[in-house]
Amino acid sequence: MIRFKEKLKTYKRKPFSLFLYILVHLAAFITVGVLGALVIYILVKGIPNINTDLFAWEYTTENASMMPAIINTVLMTALPLLMAVPVGVFSAIYMVEYAKRGNKLVKIVSLTTETLAGIPSIIYGLFGYLMFVIALGWGLTFIGGAITLAIMVLPTIMRTTEEALKAVPDSFREGSFGLGAGRLRTIFKIVLPSAVPGILSGIILSIGRIAGETAVLLYTSGTQAKVVDSVFDSGCTLSVHMYKLMSEGLYTKEAYATAVILLMMVVAINWFSGFIAKKFQKTY
Amino acid sequence: MVSKGKEKVMHIVFMLAACGSILAVIVICLFMFANGVPAMAEIGLKDFLLGKKWIPNQNIFGIFPMIIGSIYVTAGAIIIGVPIGLLCAIFMAHFCSSKIYKILKPAVELLAGIPSIVYGFFGLMVIVPIMQNMFGGSGKGVLTASILLGIMILPTIISVAETNIRAVPESYYEGALALGDTHERAVFKAVVPAAKSGILAGVILGIGRAIGETMAVIMIAGNQPIVPDGITSGVRTMTANIVLEMGYAADLHREALIATGVVLFVFILLINLLFSAVKRKGE
Repeated sequence: MIRFKEKLKTYKRKPFSLFLYILVHLAAFITVGVLGALVIYILVKGIPNINTDLFAWEYTTENASMMPAIINTVLMTALPLLMAVPVGVFSAIYMVEYAKRGNKLVKIVSLTTETLAGIPSIIYGLFGYLMFVIALGWGLTFIGGAITLAIMVLPTIMRTTEEALKAVPDSFREGSFGLGAGRLRTIFKIVLPSAVPGILSGIILSIGRIAGETAVLLYTSGTQAKVVDSVFDSGCTLSVHMYKLMSEGLYTKEAYATAVILLMMVVAINWFSGFIAKKFQKTY
Repeated sequence: MVSKGKEKVMHIVFMLAACGSILAVIVICLFMFANGVPAMAEIGLKDFLLGKKWIPNQNIFGIFPMIIGSIYVTAGAIIIGVPIGLLCAIFMAHFCSSKIYKILKPAVELLAGIPSIVYGFFGLMVIVPIMQNMFGGSGKGVLTASILLGIMILPTIISVAETNIRAVPESYYEGALALGDTHERAVFKAVVPAAKSGILAGVILGIGRAIGETMAVIMIAGNQPIVPDGITSGVRTMTANIVLEMGYAADLHREALIATGVVLFVFILLINLLFSAVKRKGE
Protein backbone atom coordinates (compact mmCIF):
# COMPACT_ATOMS: atom_id res chain seq x y z
CA MET A 1 0.00 0.00 0.00
CA ILE A 2 2.81 2.38 0.91
CA ARG A 3 4.60 1.57 -2.30
CA PHE A 4 1.46 2.37 -4.22
CA LYS A 5 1.12 5.74 -2.47
CA GLU A 6 4.71 6.58 -3.24
CA LYS A 7 4.14 5.67 -6.81
CA LEU A 8 1.09 7.89 -6.93
CA LYS A 9 3.21 10.77 -5.66
CA THR A 10 5.75 10.32 -8.43
CA TYR A 11 2.97 10.21 -10.95
CA LYS A 12 1.58 13.48 -9.63
CA ARG A 13 4.88 15.11 -10.39
CA LYS A 14 5.22 13.33 -13.71
CA PRO A 15 1.80 13.13 -15.34
CA PHE A 16 3.28 11.95 -18.63
CA SER A 17 4.48 8.77 -16.96
CA LEU A 18 1.04 8.22 -15.52
CA PHE A 19 -0.41 8.67 -18.99
CA LEU A 20 1.92 6.00 -20.41
CA TYR A 21 1.15 3.72 -17.49
CA ILE A 22 -2.56 3.96 -18.21
CA LEU A 23 -2.06 3.51 -21.96
CA VAL A 24 -0.19 0.21 -21.75
CA HIS A 25 -2.72 -1.20 -19.31
CA LEU A 26 -5.55 -0.09 -21.55
CA ALA A 27 -3.96 -1.78 -24.57
CA ALA A 28 -3.53 -5.07 -22.73
CA PHE A 29 -7.08 -4.80 -21.48
CA ILE A 30 -8.41 -4.23 -25.00
CA THR A 31 -6.50 -7.24 -26.34
CA VAL A 32 -7.85 -9.60 -23.72
CA GLY A 33 -11.25 -7.92 -23.85
CA VAL A 34 -11.62 -8.49 -27.58
CA LEU A 35 -10.68 -12.14 -27.25
CA GLY A 36 -13.05 -12.56 -24.30
CA ALA A 37 -15.90 -10.84 -26.14
CA LEU A 38 -15.39 -13.01 -29.21
CA VAL A 39 -15.18 -16.29 -27.34
CA ILE A 40 -18.07 -15.54 -24.98
CA TYR A 41 -20.29 -14.21 -27.75
CA ILE A 42 -19.77 -17.29 -29.92
CA LEU A 43 -20.27 -19.68 -27.00
CA VAL A 44 -23.38 -17.97 -25.65
CA LYS A 45 -25.02 -17.68 -29.06
CA GLY A 46 -23.78 -20.98 -30.38
CA ILE A 47 -24.18 -23.56 -27.64
CA PRO A 48 -28.00 -23.34 -27.49
CA ASN A 49 -28.04 -24.06 -31.23
CA ILE A 50 -26.09 -27.27 -30.99
CA ASN A 51 -28.33 -30.30 -31.41
CA THR A 52 -28.04 -33.89 -32.50
CA ASP A 53 -29.37 -33.11 -35.98
CA LEU A 54 -26.16 -31.23 -36.67
CA PHE A 55 -24.20 -34.41 -36.15
CA ALA A 56 -26.24 -36.68 -38.40
CA TRP A 57 -24.12 -38.83 -40.70
CA GLU A 58 -25.71 -37.53 -43.88
CA TYR A 59 -26.02 -33.88 -44.84
CA THR A 60 -29.44 -32.77 -46.02
CA THR A 61 -30.76 -29.26 -46.58
CA GLU A 62 -33.01 -29.79 -43.56
CA ASN A 63 -30.51 -30.83 -40.92
CA ALA A 64 -27.49 -28.91 -42.32
CA SER A 65 -25.34 -31.53 -40.63
CA MET A 66 -21.69 -30.72 -40.12
CA MET A 67 -20.62 -34.31 -39.52
CA PRO A 68 -19.34 -34.95 -43.06
CA ALA A 69 -17.42 -31.68 -42.88
CA ILE A 70 -15.87 -32.72 -39.55
CA ILE A 71 -14.72 -36.04 -40.97
CA ASN A 72 -13.35 -34.28 -44.04
CA THR A 73 -11.51 -31.84 -41.80
CA VAL A 74 -9.74 -34.70 -40.03
CA LEU A 75 -8.76 -36.23 -43.38
CA MET A 76 -7.77 -32.89 -44.81
CA THR A 77 -5.51 -32.29 -41.82
CA ALA A 78 -3.79 -35.66 -42.08
CA LEU A 79 -3.17 -35.69 -45.82
CA PRO A 80 -1.17 -32.44 -46.18
CA LEU A 81 0.86 -33.29 -43.08
CA LEU A 82 1.81 -36.66 -44.56
CA MET A 83 3.38 -34.74 -47.42
CA ALA A 84 4.71 -31.66 -45.66
CA VAL A 85 6.27 -33.24 -42.55
CA PRO A 86 8.84 -35.48 -44.30
CA VAL A 87 9.83 -32.76 -46.76
CA GLY A 88 9.93 -30.08 -44.06
CA VAL A 89 11.89 -32.15 -41.56
CA PHE A 90 14.36 -33.44 -44.16
CA SER A 91 14.99 -29.99 -45.52
CA ALA A 92 15.52 -28.64 -42.00
CA ILE A 93 18.02 -31.46 -41.42
CA TYR A 94 19.88 -30.36 -44.51
CA MET A 95 19.86 -26.72 -43.45
CA VAL A 96 21.09 -27.35 -39.92
CA GLU A 97 23.14 -30.55 -40.06
CA TYR A 98 24.64 -30.69 -43.54
CA ALA A 99 25.01 -27.25 -45.07
CA LYS A 100 28.24 -25.45 -44.37
CA ARG A 101 28.34 -21.90 -43.14
CA GLY A 102 27.70 -19.38 -45.91
CA ASN A 103 26.27 -22.04 -48.22
CA LYS A 104 24.45 -20.35 -51.14
CA LEU A 105 21.66 -22.94 -51.23
CA VAL A 106 20.85 -22.26 -47.58
CA LYS A 107 20.46 -18.57 -48.32
CA ILE A 108 18.14 -19.24 -51.25
CA VAL A 109 16.08 -21.78 -49.30
CA SER A 110 15.72 -19.36 -46.38
CA LEU A 111 14.55 -16.67 -48.76
CA THR A 112 12.02 -18.89 -50.50
CA THR A 113 10.75 -20.26 -47.20
CA GLU A 114 10.23 -16.72 -45.99
CA THR A 115 8.41 -15.93 -49.23
CA LEU A 116 6.15 -18.97 -48.85
CA ALA A 117 5.35 -17.96 -45.28
CA GLY A 118 4.26 -14.52 -46.48
CA ILE A 119 1.97 -15.64 -49.30
CA PRO A 120 -1.68 -15.20 -48.28
CA SER A 121 -4.04 -18.15 -48.47
CA ILE A 122 -6.05 -16.73 -51.35
CA ILE A 123 -2.94 -16.81 -53.57
CA TYR A 124 -2.39 -20.44 -52.58
CA GLY A 125 -6.01 -21.09 -53.42
CA LEU A 126 -5.67 -19.48 -56.84
CA PHE A 127 -2.50 -21.42 -57.52
CA GLY A 128 -4.12 -24.71 -56.50
CA TYR A 129 -7.09 -23.93 -58.71
CA LEU A 130 -4.87 -23.09 -61.71
CA MET A 131 -2.61 -26.09 -61.25
CA PHE A 132 -4.89 -28.93 -60.17
CA VAL A 133 -8.34 -27.93 -61.34
CA ILE A 134 -7.39 -26.33 -64.67
CA ALA A 135 -3.90 -27.35 -65.81
CA LEU A 136 -4.03 -30.97 -64.68
CA GLY A 137 -7.75 -31.16 -65.41
CA TRP A 138 -8.63 -32.93 -62.18
CA GLY A 139 -11.57 -30.69 -61.37
CA LEU A 140 -12.35 -30.02 -57.71
CA THR A 141 -10.48 -32.72 -55.80
CA PHE A 142 -9.54 -33.42 -52.21
CA ILE A 143 -5.96 -34.18 -53.17
CA GLY A 144 -5.58 -30.87 -55.01
CA GLY A 145 -6.55 -29.00 -51.87
CA ALA A 146 -4.31 -31.21 -49.75
CA ILE A 147 -1.19 -30.62 -51.87
CA THR A 148 -1.83 -26.88 -51.85
CA LEU A 149 -2.20 -26.93 -48.07
CA ALA A 150 0.99 -28.99 -47.77
CA ILE A 151 2.91 -26.22 -49.55
CA MET A 152 1.25 -23.66 -47.31
CA VAL A 153 2.31 -25.29 -44.02
CA LEU A 154 5.77 -26.30 -45.27
CA PRO A 155 7.49 -23.11 -44.01
CA THR A 156 5.96 -23.53 -40.54
CA ILE A 157 7.23 -27.09 -40.23
CA MET A 158 10.64 -26.20 -41.63
CA ARG A 159 11.14 -23.26 -39.32
CA THR A 160 10.08 -25.00 -36.12
CA THR A 161 12.17 -28.06 -36.98
CA GLU A 162 15.21 -25.92 -37.76
CA GLU A 163 14.87 -24.16 -34.43
CA ALA A 164 14.44 -27.47 -32.61
CA LEU A 165 17.52 -28.94 -34.30
CA LYS A 166 19.59 -25.85 -33.53
CA ALA A 167 18.59 -26.13 -29.88
CA VAL A 168 20.16 -29.59 -29.60
CA PRO A 169 23.60 -28.96 -28.09
CA ASP A 170 26.67 -29.82 -30.17
CA SER A 171 28.01 -31.98 -27.35
CA PHE A 172 25.29 -34.53 -28.24
CA ARG A 173 26.62 -34.77 -31.79
CA GLU A 174 30.23 -34.80 -30.69
CA GLY A 175 29.52 -37.56 -28.20
CA SER A 176 27.87 -39.65 -30.88
CA PHE A 177 30.67 -39.05 -33.39
CA GLY A 178 33.19 -39.85 -30.67
CA LEU A 179 31.56 -43.23 -30.18
CA GLY A 180 32.06 -43.93 -33.86
CA ALA A 181 28.56 -43.30 -35.17
CA GLY A 182 28.24 -41.88 -38.65
CA ARG A 183 26.47 -38.68 -39.52
CA LEU A 184 23.21 -40.32 -40.54
CA ARG A 185 23.08 -42.47 -37.42
CA THR A 186 23.81 -39.44 -35.25
CA ILE A 187 20.98 -37.52 -36.83
CA PHE A 188 18.33 -40.24 -36.60
CA LYS A 189 19.32 -41.73 -33.23
CA ILE A 190 20.57 -38.71 -31.30
CA VAL A 191 19.59 -35.35 -32.78
CA LEU A 192 16.07 -36.00 -34.09
CA PRO A 193 14.75 -37.69 -30.92
CA SER A 194 15.91 -34.70 -28.87
CA ALA A 195 14.17 -32.36 -31.29
CA VAL A 196 10.82 -34.20 -31.33
CA PRO A 197 8.93 -31.78 -29.03
CA GLY A 198 9.87 -28.79 -31.19
CA ILE A 199 8.88 -30.62 -34.36
CA LEU A 200 5.62 -31.70 -32.74
CA SER A 201 4.70 -28.15 -31.78
CA GLY A 202 5.27 -27.12 -35.40
CA ILE A 203 2.96 -29.90 -36.54
CA ILE A 204 0.26 -28.87 -34.10
CA LEU A 205 0.59 -25.27 -35.25
CA SER A 206 0.08 -26.50 -38.81
CA ILE A 207 -2.97 -28.52 -37.78
CA GLY A 208 -4.52 -25.34 -36.40
CA ARG A 209 -3.79 -23.46 -39.58
CA ILE A 210 -5.22 -26.19 -41.82
CA ALA A 211 -8.35 -26.68 -39.74
CA GLY A 212 -9.18 -22.98 -39.96
CA GLU A 213 -8.37 -22.59 -43.64
CA THR A 214 -11.10 -21.58 -46.06
CA ALA A 215 -9.74 -19.53 -48.94
CA VAL A 216 -7.35 -22.25 -50.11
CA LEU A 217 -10.00 -24.95 -50.22
CA LEU A 218 -12.94 -23.06 -51.66
CA TYR A 219 -11.77 -23.46 -55.27
CA THR A 220 -9.55 -26.51 -54.94
CA SER A 221 -11.51 -29.03 -52.88
CA GLY A 222 -14.93 -27.51 -53.35
CA THR A 223 -17.97 -27.04 -51.15
CA GLN A 224 -19.82 -30.36 -51.32
CA ALA A 225 -21.04 -31.39 -47.88
CA LYS A 226 -20.34 -35.11 -48.01
CA VAL A 227 -17.56 -37.38 -46.87
CA VAL A 228 -15.11 -37.94 -49.71
CA ASP A 229 -15.02 -41.41 -51.30
CA SER A 230 -11.51 -41.05 -52.66
CA VAL A 231 -8.83 -38.38 -52.84
CA PHE A 232 -10.14 -37.44 -56.27
CA ASP A 233 -13.58 -36.70 -54.86
CA SER A 234 -14.68 -33.21 -53.86
CA GLY A 235 -15.69 -32.39 -50.29
CA CYS A 236 -15.66 -29.48 -47.85
CA THR A 237 -14.02 -29.01 -44.48
CA LEU A 238 -15.66 -27.40 -41.47
CA SER A 239 -14.45 -23.85 -42.23
CA VAL A 240 -15.64 -24.04 -45.82
CA HIS A 241 -18.92 -25.51 -44.56
CA MET A 242 -19.32 -22.54 -42.24
CA TYR A 243 -18.60 -20.09 -45.05
CA LYS A 244 -21.29 -21.76 -47.12
CA LEU A 245 -23.81 -21.62 -44.27
CA MET A 246 -23.08 -17.92 -43.80
CA SER A 247 -23.17 -16.91 -47.43
CA GLU A 248 -26.44 -18.71 -48.07
CA GLY A 249 -27.98 -16.66 -45.28
CA LEU A 250 -30.58 -19.28 -44.36
CA TYR A 251 -28.60 -21.12 -41.72
CA THR A 252 -27.51 -18.50 -39.19
CA LYS A 253 -28.27 -20.77 -36.23
CA GLU A 254 -26.27 -23.60 -37.75
CA ALA A 255 -23.44 -21.17 -38.50
CA TYR A 256 -23.33 -20.21 -34.81
CA ALA A 257 -23.11 -23.85 -33.81
CA THR A 258 -20.40 -24.53 -36.38
CA ALA A 259 -18.45 -21.54 -35.07
CA VAL A 260 -18.55 -23.07 -31.58
CA ILE A 261 -17.13 -26.35 -32.83
CA LEU A 262 -14.40 -24.58 -34.84
CA LEU A 263 -13.51 -22.39 -31.88
CA MET A 264 -13.34 -25.32 -29.49
CA MET A 265 -11.14 -27.19 -31.93
CA VAL A 266 -8.72 -24.27 -32.06
CA VAL A 267 -8.70 -23.85 -28.28
CA ALA A 268 -8.01 -27.57 -27.86
CA ILE A 269 -5.19 -27.48 -30.42
CA ASN A 270 -3.63 -24.44 -28.73
CA TRP A 271 -3.88 -25.98 -25.32
CA PHE A 272 -2.39 -29.23 -26.56
CA SER A 273 0.54 -27.50 -28.22
CA GLY A 274 1.28 -25.56 -25.03
CA PHE A 275 0.99 -28.77 -23.06
CA ILE A 276 3.46 -30.59 -25.30
CA ALA A 277 5.91 -27.71 -25.25
CA LYS A 278 5.81 -27.68 -21.45
CA LYS A 279 5.83 -31.42 -20.96
CA PHE A 280 8.90 -32.01 -23.07
CA GLN A 281 10.73 -28.82 -22.32
CA LYS A 282 14.30 -29.75 -21.58
CA THR A 283 17.10 -27.59 -20.33
CA TYR A 284 20.43 -28.81 -21.43
CA MET B 1 31.72 -48.93 -47.35
CA VAL B 2 28.02 -49.77 -47.64
CA SER B 3 27.15 -47.24 -45.01
CA LYS B 4 29.15 -44.60 -46.82
CA GLY B 5 26.94 -45.08 -49.88
CA LYS B 6 23.86 -44.73 -47.72
CA GLU B 7 25.25 -41.54 -46.20
CA LYS B 8 25.71 -40.09 -49.67
CA VAL B 9 22.23 -41.07 -50.80
CA MET B 10 20.62 -39.53 -47.73
CA HIS B 11 22.70 -36.39 -48.11
CA ILE B 12 21.23 -35.98 -51.57
CA VAL B 13 17.70 -36.78 -50.30
CA PHE B 14 18.01 -34.06 -47.65
CA MET B 15 19.31 -31.61 -50.22
CA LEU B 16 16.42 -32.39 -52.58
CA ALA B 17 13.94 -31.83 -49.75
CA ALA B 18 15.55 -28.45 -49.09
CA CYS B 19 15.00 -27.60 -52.75
CA GLY B 20 11.29 -28.32 -52.25
CA SER B 21 10.50 -24.81 -51.10
CA ILE B 22 12.46 -23.33 -54.01
CA LEU B 23 10.49 -25.49 -56.41
CA ALA B 24 7.21 -24.46 -54.75
CA VAL B 25 7.96 -20.75 -55.12
CA ILE B 26 9.01 -21.18 -58.76
CA VAL B 27 5.89 -23.19 -59.64
CA ILE B 28 3.59 -20.73 -57.88
CA CYS B 29 5.19 -17.75 -59.63
CA LEU B 30 5.06 -19.55 -62.96
CA PHE B 31 1.37 -20.44 -62.70
CA MET B 32 0.33 -17.02 -61.43
CA PHE B 33 2.20 -14.97 -63.99
CA ALA B 34 1.59 -17.28 -66.95
CA ASN B 35 -2.16 -17.14 -66.31
CA GLY B 36 -2.49 -13.53 -65.25
CA VAL B 37 -0.16 -11.58 -67.51
CA PRO B 38 -1.91 -12.44 -70.83
CA ALA B 39 -5.17 -11.05 -69.44
CA MET B 40 -3.42 -7.86 -68.39
CA ALA B 41 -2.02 -7.54 -71.88
CA GLU B 42 -5.41 -8.13 -73.45
CA ILE B 43 -7.20 -5.60 -71.24
CA GLY B 44 -4.29 -3.18 -71.39
CA LEU B 45 -2.11 -2.67 -68.37
CA LYS B 46 -3.18 0.93 -67.89
CA ASP B 47 -6.89 0.19 -68.25
CA PHE B 48 -6.55 -2.76 -65.91
CA LEU B 49 -4.61 -1.08 -63.11
CA LEU B 50 -6.08 2.42 -63.36
CA GLY B 51 -9.54 1.71 -64.75
CA LYS B 52 -12.18 2.80 -62.26
CA LYS B 53 -14.96 0.58 -63.58
CA TRP B 54 -15.39 -3.14 -63.02
CA ILE B 55 -18.30 -4.34 -65.15
CA PRO B 56 -17.55 -7.96 -66.13
CA ASN B 57 -20.57 -8.47 -68.39
CA GLN B 58 -19.50 -5.51 -70.53
CA ASN B 59 -15.90 -6.74 -70.53
CA ILE B 60 -14.72 -3.69 -68.58
CA PHE B 61 -12.11 -4.73 -66.06
CA GLY B 62 -10.55 -1.93 -64.05
CA ILE B 63 -9.24 -2.95 -60.64
CA PHE B 64 -8.25 0.52 -59.41
CA PRO B 65 -11.12 0.55 -56.86
CA MET B 66 -9.95 -2.81 -55.47
CA ILE B 67 -6.32 -1.72 -55.22
CA ILE B 68 -7.36 1.44 -53.40
CA GLY B 69 -9.78 -0.60 -51.28
CA SER B 70 -7.04 -3.00 -50.21
CA ILE B 71 -4.74 -0.09 -49.37
CA TYR B 72 -7.47 1.71 -47.39
CA VAL B 73 -8.47 -1.21 -45.20
CA THR B 74 -4.83 -2.19 -44.66
CA ALA B 75 -3.95 1.36 -43.64
CA GLY B 76 -6.96 1.39 -41.33
CA ALA B 77 -5.93 -1.91 -39.80
CA ILE B 78 -2.42 -0.56 -39.17
CA ILE B 79 -3.77 2.64 -37.59
CA ILE B 80 -5.93 0.60 -35.23
CA GLY B 81 -3.78 -2.48 -34.70
CA VAL B 82 -0.26 -1.08 -34.35
CA PRO B 83 -0.74 1.29 -31.38
CA ILE B 84 -2.75 -1.28 -29.41
CA GLY B 85 -0.41 -4.13 -30.34
CA LEU B 86 2.76 -2.20 -29.58
CA LEU B 87 1.47 -0.92 -26.24
CA CYS B 88 0.30 -4.41 -25.34
CA ALA B 89 3.74 -5.79 -26.22
CA ILE B 90 5.38 -3.15 -24.03
CA PHE B 91 3.02 -4.09 -21.24
CA MET B 92 3.90 -7.76 -21.61
CA ALA B 93 7.63 -7.15 -21.69
CA HIS B 94 8.01 -4.51 -18.97
CA PHE B 95 4.85 -3.89 -16.99
CA CYS B 96 3.02 -7.05 -16.11
CA SER B 97 3.67 -9.56 -13.37
CA SER B 98 4.45 -13.13 -14.34
CA LYS B 99 0.97 -14.10 -13.19
CA ILE B 100 -0.74 -11.78 -15.66
CA TYR B 101 1.77 -12.76 -18.34
CA LYS B 102 0.69 -16.35 -17.98
CA ILE B 103 -2.83 -15.31 -18.97
CA LEU B 104 -1.89 -12.76 -21.60
CA LYS B 105 0.53 -14.88 -23.59
CA PRO B 106 -1.89 -17.77 -24.25
CA ALA B 107 -4.60 -15.20 -24.98
CA VAL B 108 -2.48 -13.68 -27.74
CA GLU B 109 -1.67 -17.13 -29.09
CA LEU B 110 -5.35 -18.03 -29.14
CA LEU B 111 -6.11 -14.78 -30.95
CA ALA B 112 -3.62 -15.87 -33.61
CA GLY B 113 -5.21 -19.30 -33.91
CA ILE B 114 -8.83 -18.31 -34.41
CA PRO B 115 -9.80 -19.02 -38.04
CA SER B 116 -10.50 -15.98 -40.19
CA ILE B 117 -13.96 -17.27 -41.02
CA VAL B 118 -14.85 -17.09 -37.30
CA TYR B 119 -13.49 -13.53 -37.16
CA GLY B 120 -15.63 -12.69 -40.16
CA PHE B 121 -18.69 -14.19 -38.49
CA PHE B 122 -18.02 -12.21 -35.31
CA GLY B 123 -17.57 -9.05 -37.38
CA LEU B 124 -20.80 -9.65 -39.25
CA MET B 125 -22.84 -10.41 -36.14
CA VAL B 126 -21.34 -7.91 -33.69
CA ILE B 127 -19.33 -5.11 -35.31
CA VAL B 128 -21.63 -4.56 -38.31
CA PRO B 129 -24.77 -3.94 -36.16
CA ILE B 130 -22.79 -1.55 -33.93
CA MET B 131 -21.69 0.39 -37.01
CA GLN B 132 -25.26 0.42 -38.30
CA ASN B 133 -26.40 2.04 -35.08
CA MET B 134 -23.60 4.57 -35.03
CA PHE B 135 -23.45 5.66 -38.66
CA GLY B 136 -26.62 4.29 -40.26
CA GLY B 137 -26.45 2.57 -43.63
CA SER B 138 -25.45 -1.03 -44.03
CA GLY B 139 -22.73 -0.95 -41.40
CA LYS B 140 -20.34 -2.63 -43.80
CA GLY B 141 -17.41 -0.67 -45.11
CA VAL B 142 -13.87 0.64 -44.73
CA LEU B 143 -14.11 1.38 -41.00
CA THR B 144 -15.71 -1.97 -40.10
CA ALA B 145 -13.12 -3.88 -42.12
CA SER B 146 -10.30 -1.82 -40.62
CA ILE B 147 -11.43 -2.55 -37.07
CA LEU B 148 -11.71 -6.28 -37.64
CA LEU B 149 -8.40 -6.47 -39.53
CA GLY B 150 -6.81 -4.36 -36.80
CA ILE B 151 -7.87 -7.02 -34.30
CA MET B 152 -6.67 -9.82 -36.56
CA ILE B 153 -3.15 -8.42 -36.94
CA LEU B 154 -2.79 -7.80 -33.18
CA PRO B 155 -1.14 -11.17 -32.41
CA THR B 156 1.42 -10.71 -35.22
CA ILE B 157 2.38 -7.23 -34.04
CA ILE B 158 2.38 -8.19 -30.36
CA SER B 159 4.56 -11.29 -30.65
CA VAL B 160 7.15 -9.72 -32.96
CA ALA B 161 7.30 -6.48 -30.96
CA GLU B 162 7.53 -8.30 -27.64
CA THR B 163 10.41 -10.50 -28.80
CA ASN B 164 12.32 -7.46 -30.05
CA ILE B 165 11.65 -5.35 -26.96
CA ARG B 166 12.87 -8.19 -24.77
CA ALA B 167 16.03 -8.48 -26.87
CA VAL B 168 17.12 -4.93 -25.89
CA PRO B 169 19.94 -5.18 -23.33
CA GLU B 170 18.88 -4.50 -19.74
CA SER B 171 21.64 -1.87 -19.46
CA TYR B 172 19.62 0.54 -21.61
CA TYR B 173 16.80 0.45 -19.10
CA GLU B 174 19.08 0.65 -16.09
CA GLY B 175 21.01 3.52 -17.58
CA ALA B 176 17.83 5.52 -18.08
CA LEU B 177 16.71 4.78 -14.52
CA ALA B 178 20.10 5.85 -13.20
CA LEU B 179 19.67 9.18 -14.97
CA GLY B 180 16.50 9.72 -12.96
CA ASP B 181 13.81 8.64 -15.42
CA THR B 182 10.66 6.98 -14.19
CA HIS B 183 10.03 3.35 -15.13
CA GLU B 184 7.63 4.44 -17.87
CA ARG B 185 9.99 6.99 -19.41
CA ALA B 186 12.89 4.56 -19.27
CA VAL B 187 10.88 1.96 -21.17
CA PHE B 188 9.42 4.35 -23.73
CA LYS B 189 12.44 6.57 -24.32
CA ALA B 190 15.33 4.15 -23.99
CA VAL B 191 14.17 0.57 -24.54
CA VAL B 192 11.47 0.84 -27.21
CA PRO B 193 13.48 3.10 -29.59
CA ALA B 194 16.30 0.56 -29.44
CA ALA B 195 13.90 -2.11 -30.70
CA LYS B 196 12.72 0.14 -33.54
CA SER B 197 13.73 -1.94 -36.55
CA GLY B 198 12.36 -5.16 -35.07
CA ILE B 199 9.05 -3.46 -34.36
CA LEU B 200 9.00 -2.10 -37.90
CA ALA B 201 9.53 -5.63 -39.22
CA GLY B 202 6.50 -6.72 -37.18
CA VAL B 203 4.41 -3.90 -38.64
CA ILE B 204 5.41 -4.91 -42.18
CA LEU B 205 4.44 -8.49 -41.38
CA GLY B 206 1.10 -7.14 -40.15
CA ILE B 207 0.62 -5.23 -43.41
CA GLY B 208 1.18 -8.47 -45.33
CA ARG B 209 -1.40 -10.26 -43.19
CA ALA B 210 -3.98 -7.50 -43.55
CA ILE B 211 -3.66 -7.06 -47.31
CA GLY B 212 -3.91 -10.82 -47.89
CA GLU B 213 -6.84 -11.45 -45.58
CA THR B 214 -9.84 -12.75 -47.46
CA MET B 215 -12.60 -14.62 -45.68
CA ALA B 216 -13.11 -12.13 -42.86
CA VAL B 217 -13.04 -9.06 -45.09
CA ILE B 218 -15.53 -10.50 -47.52
CA MET B 219 -18.17 -10.68 -44.77
CA ILE B 220 -17.95 -7.11 -43.56
CA ALA B 221 -16.57 -4.81 -46.26
CA GLY B 222 -19.72 -4.48 -48.36
CA ASN B 223 -17.86 -5.54 -51.51
CA GLN B 224 -19.06 -2.78 -53.86
CA PRO B 225 -16.46 -2.33 -56.60
CA ILE B 226 -16.22 1.44 -56.16
CA VAL B 227 -13.54 3.78 -54.93
CA PRO B 228 -14.71 4.43 -51.35
CA ASP B 229 -15.60 8.06 -50.63
CA GLY B 230 -15.57 7.90 -46.86
CA ILE B 231 -14.80 5.62 -43.94
CA THR B 232 -18.32 4.21 -43.85
CA SER B 233 -18.47 3.64 -47.60
CA GLY B 234 -18.55 0.07 -48.85
CA VAL B 235 -15.31 -1.28 -50.25
CA ARG B 236 -14.07 -4.30 -52.14
CA THR B 237 -10.53 -5.56 -51.69
CA MET B 238 -8.50 -7.46 -54.29
CA THR B 239 -8.83 -10.66 -52.25
CA ALA B 240 -12.60 -10.30 -52.04
CA ASN B 241 -12.82 -9.66 -55.78
CA ILE B 242 -11.20 -13.03 -56.46
CA VAL B 243 -13.31 -15.11 -54.09
CA LEU B 244 -16.61 -13.43 -54.92
CA GLU B 245 -16.52 -13.96 -58.68
CA MET B 246 -14.22 -16.93 -59.23
CA GLY B 247 -17.13 -19.33 -58.76
CA TYR B 248 -18.96 -18.33 -61.93
CA ALA B 249 -16.41 -16.40 -63.99
CA ALA B 250 -15.37 -17.61 -67.44
CA ASP B 251 -12.96 -16.62 -70.21
CA LEU B 252 -11.53 -13.10 -69.94
CA HIS B 253 -13.46 -12.45 -66.74
CA ARG B 254 -11.75 -15.40 -65.06
CA GLU B 255 -8.38 -14.35 -66.40
CA ALA B 256 -8.97 -10.84 -65.09
CA LEU B 257 -9.59 -12.31 -61.63
CA ILE B 258 -6.36 -14.28 -61.86
CA ALA B 259 -4.64 -11.06 -62.94
CA THR B 260 -6.07 -9.43 -59.80
CA GLY B 261 -4.34 -12.22 -57.91
CA VAL B 262 -1.10 -11.42 -59.74
CA VAL B 263 -1.31 -7.77 -58.68
CA LEU B 264 -1.90 -8.88 -55.08
CA PHE B 265 0.98 -11.32 -55.40
CA VAL B 266 3.31 -8.53 -56.56
CA PHE B 267 2.21 -6.44 -53.57
CA ILE B 268 2.99 -9.35 -51.27
CA LEU B 269 6.40 -9.99 -52.86
CA LEU B 270 7.31 -6.32 -52.41
CA ILE B 271 6.17 -6.42 -48.78
CA ASN B 272 8.20 -9.61 -48.23
CA LEU B 273 11.28 -7.98 -49.75
CA LEU B 274 10.83 -4.94 -47.51
CA PHE B 275 10.42 -7.23 -44.53
CA SER B 276 13.67 -9.12 -45.21
CA ALA B 277 15.52 -5.84 -45.82
CA VAL B 278 14.33 -4.35 -42.51
CA LYS B 279 15.04 -7.57 -40.66
CA ARG B 280 18.56 -7.88 -42.06
CA LYS B 281 19.27 -4.26 -41.20
CA GLY B 282 18.06 -4.86 -37.66
CA GLU B 283 20.41 -7.79 -37.26
